[in-house]
Amino acid sequence: MLSDADLTAIWLTLRLATTVTLLLLILGTPLALWLAKTRSFFKGPVSAVVALPLVLPPTVLGFYLLVFMGPSGPMGRLTEALGLGTLPFTFWGLVIASLLYSLPFVVQPIQNAIEAQGGRPSEVAATLRAGPWDRFWHVTLPLAKPGILTASVLGFAHTVGEFGVVLMIGGNIPGETRVVSVQIYDHVEALEYTQAHWLSAAMIGFSFVVLLLLYLLQHRKAAAGMRYGT
Amino acid sequence: MNMRCILQPKPLAMMWRLLPLLALLLPTSFVRAEELTIAVASNFTAPMREIAARFEAQSDHRVALVFGSSGKIFAQISHGAPYQAFFSADQSKPARLVELGLANGDSRFTYAEGKLALWSRQPDYVDDQGKVLKQGKFNRLALANPKLAPYGAAALEVLQNLQLAEQNRSRWVFGENIAQTYQFVASGNAELGFVALSQILRDGRVSQGSAWVVPEELYNPIRQDAVILKSAEKQSVLREFWRFIQGPEARKIIESYGYGIVAQLPEKSSQSGDAE
Repeated sequence: MLSDADLTAIWLTLRLATTVTLLLLILGTPLALWLAKTRSFFKGPVSAVVALPLVLPPTVLGFYLLVFMGPSGPMGRLTEALGLGTLPFTFWGLVIASLLYSLPFVVQPIQNAIEAQGGRPSEVAATLRAGPWDRFWHVTLPLAKPGILTASVLGFAHTVGEFGVVLMIGGNIPGETRVVSVQIYDHVEALEYTQAHWLSAAMIGFSFVVLLLLYLLQHRKAAAGMRYGT
Repeated sequence: MNMRCILQPKPLAMMWRLLPLLALLLPTSFVRAEELTIAVASNFTAPMREIAARFEAQSDHRVALVFGSSGKIFAQISHGAPYQAFFSADQSKPARLVELGLANGDSRFTYAEGKLALWSRQPDYVDDQGKVLKQGKFNRLALANPKLAPYGAAALEVLQNLQLAEQNRSRWVFGENIAQTYQFVASGNAELGFVALSQILRDGRVSQGSAWVVPEELYNPIRQDAVILKSAEKQSVLREFWRFIQGPEARKIIESYGYGIVAQLPEKSSQSGDAE
């Protein structure tokens, strides 16, 4: 069935997806809040940049990341100057790539959830002398919980399903950058179709269960503008 | 992937209005009878482009080339990919296609013998004895995945024969095929890499950076075979192409990229004289 190499790949994938989801929730929530509230001219351009990974082929992202993080790229120079070496072919290189790749899947649901609240709950809290920080933690964020849940699930699942970018910047190193999707690809390329079947079937099962849970939860906590794909 | 559409809040009604326009574009793509589609292992990209261009110049036919790793092309062919011929990076995959009844056994021949080179894009980095491998100051060593690519397997053999495999292992990065391996080195992300000599040779010289042409006693020869696929065995254009690629003009191109030419079996080499 699943070999040691397959299990290593699964473990690595879960580690990557968890890291990326946590980081995205920390970084994406303020961004979503700003996008939901702002009337700045920059809302349009920033929204467009956030949504870019939805439309760009992963190869574009992978190619530019390889150049950008390579020894001649700006980020590569920075990381080398800091004594960290270059990021391609490392776990943290994949984390950065996945942050970009899964960004819209986290930011957009949270942004929608905050926009759907309207200004009123926060304003009411303000009349009760709640400061901005207080309102964010005790009003806006709890009300956006279904959106945050959707964001976590989609961000996690999307990172698990990542392939093109990883193939381009990963270098296929066991335990470091060889994630499940790449492992499946390797099996297929090496004509090991049985192993490819096992892993692929596991991926389908996993993805189905994740999405099923998401829809079941959304059913319970339905809020306007929060239900994707129903 | 399909989650993308989940995130679209509203259906785009505009799209439906544009559909009739799209339909107008469809009939323009049709396949001409004289077009050949040939699948080629990525290491042979450059010479094949040149050979196909020459062939097109001499005849009215068009040659469409598909490049990829041999493993992927093999899988595509076994699932009905519409290629007419396959230039593999090894001998086993064409042989297997013949066994499976998907390729014509008589057409099979060794079109080139691949050579391996240790390459860096920095000038004067790789010495002509490959000592740089032992000194080991490089950040990463790129090789094609030995499980998938013959050039990767050859690279692994070289490292084992030099008894450097254990010492360097932590710095290996794998390209999924030899083209990606080249790209890792060319972009500087790996300071060193084992690539196909054909990738770095132009007009008989290493065109960029520095390289060590690995002595052939350090690895088993990388013999590369080609076959005509069953679906196309009766196509006369393909036979024409087959004669052309075994003829002197094509051989000269192949050799100019650093490949060796293997002497063919007598009955096959008789075809190669009358290419013009």
